[in-house]
Amino acid sequence: MAVNRLKNTGNSISCFVSKTLSIAEMEVRKLRHDPTELITRAVQPALWLLVFGEVFTRVHIIPTGNLPYISFMAPGILAQSVLFIAIFYGIAVIWERDLGILHKFLVSPTPREALVLGKALSAGVRALSQVIIIYALAVLIGIGINWNPINLTLVAVVAILASALFSTFSLIIASLVKTRERFMGIGQILTMPLFFASNAIYPLSMMPSWLQVAARVNPLTYAVDAIRGLMITGGTSTYGVGLDLSVLFVGVVILILIGAKLYPKVIV
Amino acid sequence: MAILTTEHLTRRFGELTAVDDLSISVEEGEIFGLLGPNGAGKSTAIKMIITLLPPSAGRVTVGGFDLVHNASQIRRLIGYVPQILSADGTLTARENLMVFAKLYDIPRSERSKRIDESLALMELTDASDKLVKNFSGGMIRRLEIAQSMLHRPKVLFLDEPTIGLDPVGRKTVWDHIQKLRSSFGTTIFLTTHYMEEADKLCSRVAIMHLGKLAVIGAPADLKRSLNVEEATLEDVFTHYTGGLLDRGDNYREARSTRRTAKRLG
Repeated sequence: MAVNRLKNTGNSISCFVSKTLSIAEMEVRKLRHDPTELITRAVQPALWLLVFGEVFTRVHIIPTGNLPYISFMAPGILAQSVLFIAIFYGIAVIWERDLGILHKFLVSPTPREALVLGKALSAGVRALSQVIIIYALAVLIGIGINWNPINLTLVAVVAILASALFSTFSLIIASLVKTRERFMGIGQILTMPLFFASNAIYPLSMMPSWLQVAARVNPLTYAVDAIRGLMITGGTSTYGVGLDLSVLFVGVVILILIGAKLYPKVIV
Repeated sequence: MAILTTEHLTRRFGELTAVDDLSISVEEGEIFGLLGPNGAGKSTAIKMIITLLPPSAGRVTVGGFDLVHNASQIRRLIGYVPQILSADGTLTARENLMVFAKLYDIPRSERSKRIDESLALMELTDASDKLVKNFSGGMIRRLEIAQSMLHRPKVLFLDEPTIGLDPVGRKTVWDHIQKLRSSFGTTIFLTTHYMEEADKLCSRVAIMHLGKLAVIGAPADLKRSLNVEEATLEDVFTHYTGGLLDRGDNYREARSTRRTAKRLG
């Protein structure tokens, strides 16, 4: 009986994984049919790096130690572009609700957690394209990149985790507010504080202490910190990549569990 | 044998009782129509039966399973085609089907065969690798029926299956719905605003009004019961719903209908 139970558990785990992946795969196929979205998304980070980054590198007002400011900032812009895409992911949930697509998924015998995790991973797929774009921009500008394959892999993992975290957060908000108009308003309110109350474009040490507290609980800070330690030659992580990854991972798990409870309610 | 029953099914939204003490029973293999004006509670009733909305009171069983305790078993027995054309336009027909083949646990070895069969049944084989955004409304509807039939459900729910379709599209959808029943013995539960459609397709209809069941029976019997010469199902509908204007609520329903119309050009 114990063996049977083990087998059942094994089956349901593999079933869960395959359903999660099929949701994410659908997203990849959509992007393959029409990749224009990925290209237009390269514009914003390019502007941040080429305009904001170049100017602030020249004026030397942000203390970044031995790192040139542009190298300090590139990981921040990577994390930021992942955040900006993921935080509006909830709009797709509302859209799919309006089209009835969501109803079809919820009527199928798919665990809610698998649906939400599948959505989170499809946001992660988009994040990977941002990683590639920003690496390409960084090379173009002449930022020193750490090409160690382990580092590259870990940057990809961080980007997927951060994207999964913020997109699930977005899904939760969409499930609560339920309409496009209200959602857009809240999305706008959230992005800037998440971005500015983090170490993305300046170190925490420059901040007033209350803002440092906010930045320490902001998951974006941990994503930036990990990428800064992994991506750039001479870059260092303040908290350690291990801690950064753990914070992001635990955040994703908690949000997925909350999201799975709230997601079916978006149709009511 | 009854494959689907609702007993005193009720759903309240605050002050509003959208579905009020609905008791119906649907026989295996029949095409059952749920009719009623906008806001009568049809959509709410369907949402509860297909496990998307918990009832406030009452009981639902599908294939002997109880809705509250066995929702996941019920999900394996039913298929659902929503009112709005919801197949994914940015994917091909085959890709649309593949996702659901996986979500419904159809074994890997059978998936392609099942998908080919479904495409052939709905006469979409030639279009199987085209992007769905280039399909006509009738084709999208047939694709969605194919999608909902992949796991060979016992009961198929069709919410306004022909809304927004032109007469030819409507006719082919009717033909295909009848084909499903004759090929697989699928029980079909549909809602519609077209009385002609209900009359032609349904073995029995239930008319809802203001959340309550107004009348239930075979279209022929209902027409006869009016004691009016050459009564149509439309006359029956008007008789039981009082010919009242729409209650004017359900903004979302109107919006979604508009969007369907827009999508179909």
